[in-house]
Amino acid sequence: MKLVTAIVKPFKIDDIKEALKGAGIQGMTTSEVQGFGRQSGHTETYRGAEYTIDFVPKVRLEVLCEVFDAERIAGVIVDAGRTGKIGDGKVWITEVDRVLRVRTGELDGDAI
Amino acid sequence: MDTGDAAWVLVSAALVLFMTPGLALFYGGMDRSRNVLNMLMMNFWCLLTIPILWVVVGYSLAQTPFENDVLGGFDNAFLRGLTISGEDGGFGLLVVIFLGMFAVITPALISGAVADRMKFAAWAVFAPVWTLLVFVPVFKWVYGGWLGQRGSLDFAGGTAIHVNAGIAALACVLVLGKRRGWPREGAPPHSMPLVMLGTGILWFGWFGFNAGSALAANGTAVQAFMNTFLAAAAAGLSWALVERVRDGHVTNLGAASGIVAGLVAITPGAGFVAGMSPIYIGLIAGVVCCFAVRLKTKAGYDDALDVVGVHFVGGLVGSLLIGFFSDPDYFATENMAGLFYGGDGELLFEQALANGVTIVYSFVVTTVIMLALKATIGVRVPELVERSGLDLAEHGETAYHEGTATATSSSAPSASTHDATPATAKV
Repeated sequence: MKLVTAIVKPFKIDDIKEALKGAGIQGMTTSEVQGFGRQSGHTETYRGAEYTIDFVPKVRLEVLCEVFDAERIAGVIVDAGRTGKIGDGKVWITEVDRVLRVRTGELDGDAI
Repeated sequence: MDTGDAAWVLVSAALVLFMTPGLALFYGGMDRSRNVLNMLMMNFWCLLTIPILWVVVGYSLAQTPFENDVLGGFDNAFLRGLTISGEDGGFGLLVVIFLGMFAVITPALISGAVADRMKFAAWAVFAPVWTLLVFVPVFKWVYGGWLGQRGSLDFAGGTAIHVNAGIAALACVLVLGKRRGWPREGAPPHSMPLVMLGTGILWFGWFGFNAGSALAANGTAVQAFMNTFLAAAAAGLSWALVERVRDGHVTNLGAASGIVAGLVAITPGAGFVAGMSPIYIGLIAGVVCCFAVRLKTKAGYDDALDVVGVHFVGGLVGSLLIGFFSDPDYFATENMAGLFYGGDGELLFEQALANGVTIVYSFVVTTVIMLALKATIGVRVPELVERSGLDLAEHGETAYHEGTATATSSSAPSASTHDATPATAKV
């Protein structure tokens, strides 16, 4: 199995979710995260004092899948998540050793 | 000047001022977290600009000379002729203060409709221009002008304020267009506790709005206070009960919306109805507005926070109901009586006429103002700003900070007071 992880712009997550559902994906996990890459942060000014907000809000999206599906899913995320501007995020694929469904104890492919 | 009257109207003026921040929280809580500061600023912008506009020309054009039918003049422009040493001991100046608070909140009401997408620069121009071109003349017609002289009644601003701002809100959103993704993409309130706090502040302030409109500490003020108390409760109750029966739950947003609808509906009749009438008016307004807020999805106009459904519809219902419930004998006045109190329907006709005129004038002139703004500075933010939030793009601020921020200018306060880590000072 594979784990596809993506860091994307928060306002793109609905588009990505719809695209993944359209591609037949049955589950995903998201979390609100903060970080920076090449986009780095932005500045805000309060009473004339300037602050740099280094960590930009992003959404992390995780999808477990079969090995053959990983590239396709990553492609769907990239297509739906792209604005063309800096800060669109990243997608990566990692190897997963074992998957168990908590309710039934099903393993691996059956648990996805 | 009667000191008791002065004391009450001064306090009432402060109560009405407090309604604008209350409205800002009421709307801000309903808005999305990425746009809440823009919503607050649209309201606070009215607090910055309208008081100055009001004393420069607004009050004078909206009121004096009193015998004018259509528009005042410049007699009291720049506060000329208003002093504390004259015969009235400053009561004239006090009226300018009190009515100025109403001038502030009226354009602020519109902000809820244009939420999430209006360019702030456009709003900054719109609010004072609308106040001058729409609020001021309608206020004159209703209070002392030709509509008032015909016998229509509006105690504290049902027609002049709520119907006026409500229909203007509709005109604004028709020019502005829908939010991207609406109505498919939902926008649930980001903070219901803020909404409830704002509702409480509005109700509190509304005692000044309605009971203060007696412009005296007298029996009419007491009755208006009682009516404000009862109509809001009744409307909150009826809205909540409709939701319980229709949707299965008593919701906080339903109760809050009902309270505001009841306050709006009792505003025009606050000093003209008595007894159980405010309860009936509130019950009716709560049910009608609860259904009216659903019209926007059917009709396809994106009134984001239901200014049309609550303020326009609530104001119109309350104003027309005076035609049934007006009880001039109780108040010992020469006003026309409502149908339930021996009236012949003439008052109902005058109420319909006053509101009809206000609706047509406000809708047309507001549309022209918005089209002019659209053709010049533009009325909408770019798509990317709309999607990523107006707070940061339009105001350079974020409502809710998590994590760290680095102070980058030498004037930034130290880390201990602002949770910021001073690192690289910018030279």
